[in-house]
Amino acid sequence: MNDYILTVLVLAGIYAIIAVGLNIFTGYTGQISFGHNAFAAIGGYTSAILTTDRGWPPLAALFAGALLAVVAATLVGYPTLRLRGHYLAMATLALGLISYVLSVQLEGLTRGFTGISGIPPLGIGALVMTTPRAYFVLVWLLVAAAAGSAWLIVHSRLGLSLRAIRGGEDAARALGIDVTRYKVQALAISAAYASVAGSIFGHFVSYISPEAFGLYMVVLLFTMLFVGGIGTTLGPVVGALVIGSLPEVLSGFKDYRELIYAAVLIVILLFAPRGVLGLVARRPAARPGT
Amino acid sequence: MSALLSVASLTKSFGGLRAVRTVSFDVTAESITALIGPNGAGKTTVFNLVSGFLRPDGGRVHFAGANVTGRAPREMAKLGLVRTFQRVQLFADMTVLDNVLTGAHLHTRGGLPAALFRPPATRAERARVETAARRLLERVGLGARASDPAGTLAFGQQRLLEIARALAARPRLLLLDEPAAGLNPAETQRLGALIESVRNEGLSVLFIEHDMNLVMTIAGRVVVLDFGEKIAEGAPDDIQRHPRVLEAYLGVEEPA
Repeated sequence: MNDYILTVLVLAGIYAIIAVGLNIFTGYTGQISFGHNAFAAIGGYTSAILTTDRGWPPLAALFAGALLAVVAATLVGYPTLRLRGHYLAMATLALGLISYVLSVQLEGLTRGFTGISGIPPLGIGALVMTTPRAYFVLVWLLVAAAAGSAWLIVHSRLGLSLRAIRGGEDAARALGIDVTRYKVQALAISAAYASVAGSIFGHFVSYISPEAFGLYMVVLLFTMLFVGGIGTTLGPVVGALVIGSLPEVLSGFKDYRELIYAAVLIVILLFAPRGVLGLVARRPAARPGT
Repeated sequence: MSALLSVASLTKSFGGLRAVRTVSFDVTAESITALIGPNGAGKTTVFNLVSGFLRPDGGRVHFAGANVTGRAPREMAKLGLVRTFQRVQLFADMTVLDNVLTGAHLHTRGGLPAALFRPPATRAERARVETAARRLLERVGLGARASDPAGTLAFGQQRLLEIARALAARPRLLLLDEPAAGLNPAETQRLGALIESVRNEGLSVLFIEHDMNLVMTIAGRVVVLDFGEKIAEGAPDDIQRHPRVLEAYLGVEEPA
């Protein structure tokens, strides 16, 4: 594989990690977040600032970013996750917009629209990742770890509680489940995935700017979830691969690319609302009385 | 015998509608009590007030000796009061077994670290809870459906699953909101036997029901509501002959 294809696959893998995390919050817990770009931005900017200006080692900065994203998700989660449906969608959308504005306005930290360049490559000590091939291997190992850890979470007591909230909040409450606390936890967990992916993105591209973490990221993430299959283990990964490589597949149709995206999304929503994997998976015979 | 649940002067209004007015009654330990009344009498509102889904405007709820008025549903569940819903509320996309496993939430432990690292204690607990859940499913006749999504069950089976899930929470008092609604006669009979066997194991059951046959067969005590007020309370035989109950059900005075 040449470097160009590897680069496309690395970027798709980075998106896959965010999508796997978002799937825990949206697919399994049943909550909407249109603000996940904020958590990727926290990871990206924390890594960029700490490794350029402060000289932190990349791995330490990555963990610092994830910690910060978890703290931010918890602080934002407690007031907003009492909201349901449209209200939660609006609140999280605002979160994504605010993070964008902050990344533009806090020029002392983020250098505004100019962005931060010269982010060093990932590495531990003398072991530095210099080639797209190295990133490809690392990112897809991380995708596997992300999907594996998500599977473990979903198939645990924690996962039962999250899925119960999606199934019915009142019933979950009646069984003693602390609904708000578990929603916040799901948001915090998914924020950590997004933050780690954001950090890796910065190191891989060596440059970040507000545009890298704009609302378009949210549009892409949801397209990936719906195309791959929301609420399935591998759906987000498949979706990220398909949507992440579409621009290259469609590179001959540059002018019509967005149009083709939209058409693909509409077709999926109409004919395969459970995504590509939903078509393949064994389906329940009927779903009466829900 | 002291009461397990004691409701005193419970009152709740919705805007101008006084849904529950100064209702008082007791549920003793190891008993089966029915809450009956015409549609709109306030039965489900009483359930919501007792289980913490609504806050009363006035009155008190005592459970197991403590004043629990206005406590959240989760705290009531912790104390041992678990309810089902008039409109069955299953986790439809989850399997039948996972629904019952979720019922055991309060009797299990472990968050994110346990999920990721699966220590022996977590695995042992999971095995124990799963055995108990499968036993509950056998008991309500759903053993063969354990791996099916709950949403694929027939309606009567969904009601039984909801009860099995509530039992997995190991309540001291089980609140059932119209458990026989939508059940065929055979299923209703099975339900009656289940409620009695649960009582024989030391639980108390308070249930709302329109099926008078079931009420008269299994209830030790009957509380009758009409227009938000308690109009009668007593043994099933007395209730059947009570003039105000007959009036409420036959509609002698009320406009249609």
